[in-house]
Amino acid sequence: MATLELQSLQKTFGATTVLHGIDLALADGEMLVIVGASGCGKSTLLRLVAGLESPSAGRILLDGADITDRDPSRRDIAMVFQNYALYPHMSVFDNMGYGLKLKGLDRATIKSKIEIAAETLGLTPLLARKPRELSGGQRQRVAMGRAIVREPKLFLFDEPLSNLDAKLRVQVRADIRKLQKRLNITSLYVTHDQVEAMTLADRLIVMHQGRAAQIATPIEVFDKPATMYVASFIGEPAMNFCAATITQNGRAAKLDAGPELTFTAGPRTAPDGTKITLGIRAQHATIASGPNSIPLAVEFAEPLGSETLLHGTLPNTTPFTLRVTSPAPTDHTIPIEIPPHHIHVFDPTTGTRMDPA
Amino acid sequence: MERRTLFAGWMLPAVLVAPQLAITVLFFLLPAWRAFGESVRATDAFGLNSSFVGLANFAELFQSSTYQAALVRTFVFCIAVTCLAMGFGLLLASFANRAIRGARVYRILLIWPYAIAPAIASVIFVFLLQPQIGLLTNLFGRLGLDFNYATHADQAFLLVIVIAAWKQVSYNFIFYLAGLQSVPRSVIEAATLDGARGFYRFRTMIFPLLAPTTFFLIIVNIVYAAFDTFALIFALTAGGPGTATETLVVKVYRDGILNLDIGGSAAQSIILMVIIIGLTTIQFRYTGKRAG
Repeated sequence: MATLELQSLQKTFGATTVLHGIDLALADGEMLVIVGASGCGKSTLLRLVAGLESPSAGRILLDGADITDRDPSRRDIAMVFQNYALYPHMSVFDNMGYGLKLKGLDRATIKSKIEIAAETLGLTPLLARKPRELSGGQRQRVAMGRAIVREPKLFLFDEPLSNLDAKLRVQVRADIRKLQKRLNITSLYVTHDQVEAMTLADRLIVMHQGRAAQIATPIEVFDKPATMYVASFIGEPAMNFCAATITQNGRAAKLDAGPELTFTAGPRTAPDGTKITLGIRAQHATIASGPNSIPLAVEFAEPLGSETLLHGTLPNTTPFTLRVTSPAPTDHTIPIEIPPHHIHVFDPTTGTRMDPA
Repeated sequence: MERRTLFAGWMLPAVLVAPQLAITVLFFLLPAWRAFGESVRATDAFGLNSSFVGLANFAELFQSSTYQAALVRTFVFCIAVTCLAMGFGLLLASFANRAIRGARVYRILLIWPYAIAPAIASVIFVFLLQPQIGLLTNLFGRLGLDFNYATHADQAFLLVIVIAAWKQVSYNFIFYLAGLQSVPRSVIEAATLDGARGFYRFRTMIFPLLAPTTFFLIIVNIVYAAFDTFALIFALTAGGPGTATETLVVKVYRDGILNLDIGGSAAQSIILMVIIIGLTTIQFRYTGKRAG
């Protein structure tokens, strides 16, 4: 296994810039998940590392060696494709053996390597089959097997679970993580699914419009989202945003919807009267009547079982979602409170997080 | 999956298939029946009387050394045309399949020869290679090459092969290009990341995936070379010099129309028909199984 470093990697297609310069460093054995909405450039980033596209600027270093211009066939990188990309005319055995043969290994070595990998993934009884005779989950495992059998320096995963049904996805997700840990495989994993991203990643890179909005551990991304985009993208349901104004020399914020909240983490440097956006997750607001409570006009409820989502609006028509333990109150208007220690402060013009000085 | 459309009555379907049936009956079944009738009869030199001779016409053919020679010649011709036309078709399709600037123009230009009538194709080559006034003949002459397909049997044979192949390259190109475009890009990318490059990747990954196309084209090309090249050969050499370019279809014409051996010629057509039915059956069987 190996380390990977990207230095201000850029990609433009004609007049459109897909990647605006990505800097990234992966430690040996690290699993980094690239997450973002479609069109954010996450797949392009993966294809650049694989060599299937060439960058417009920047460098790619694998184990310290510059591989930016190296042919993809000479990079020693394995990739698991979204549609698995199995070789349809070859048996599972030959699918796994293709890369080994190209490495120049002898028959006996190839056979033993394939057998070990097949055993790991439970593919032994399927080795003689052709891809079209396999189920979706089996094909996925063959794609994994084909990648691990080569013992490459780096693994790339391009949404490998998106073609599986929901139940299988959870299981395979766990299997991939276990395998990745055990074999200590340095991996880049692309997904648009935030649950997949949170559960698999050592670190996350949240992509937005060709830029890395945040690179951090999953918990850090959740607890301290760097931008409003990250805040709304990670976490289910999406974070609520309320307009507010800085008051008391940066020590508090007055919500447009009503109360004034004192910052518990410390004062912000912005002058009084600065417009800000406060973020609060649906599960952090509480039902409570008090001096600081705001009436939430409930429009509809989504029961999820043990919890219920209440969708409604605040007095100034700001949409707001509240997550409460079931059974939820059935009133049309509910008083809610926003605990000051759970709020996130953002600059509404740049969308970036404002932390205490 | 086979798609079936259900019609309420039989009138509409009957009207819809009638033109096709009429063409088949008029231009295939009736002539074929007539040919079959003639093939078991012998006609006198003036075409006034004919008598039933059973399979004598066929027996005579198989003992005839000129027929055997034409059979071998046709076989060589078919193999040569098929290999050339398919080889070049695949080569050009591989180039066209790369996303290059001007790929569309390139594709359209490559398809043009197919739109040219066979006789016209021959005329084009006559302009180039006519023994006295041909442009290329002139050039060859300056290079000290004695090119004259009207007198050199091997040159004539080579020339009809080249023209027949040239005309068919477009067809193969279209099918191979479609075939190449249906090879999933990710499979090729996976093979590349596995370390495969260049010709090795083509041989182990792309070519096997084109196998159904290749099989289909082999049959189509053989049928083309054996049966559809009459106009082309006839316009260029009319089978000559001597019998150098006399393939089976040309021989049918020469024996029947020029030499007035109606029975023998009809027997040859029947044999050709059996061969073509055989080839088509093989193709339908195979492709049908694939689709199912």
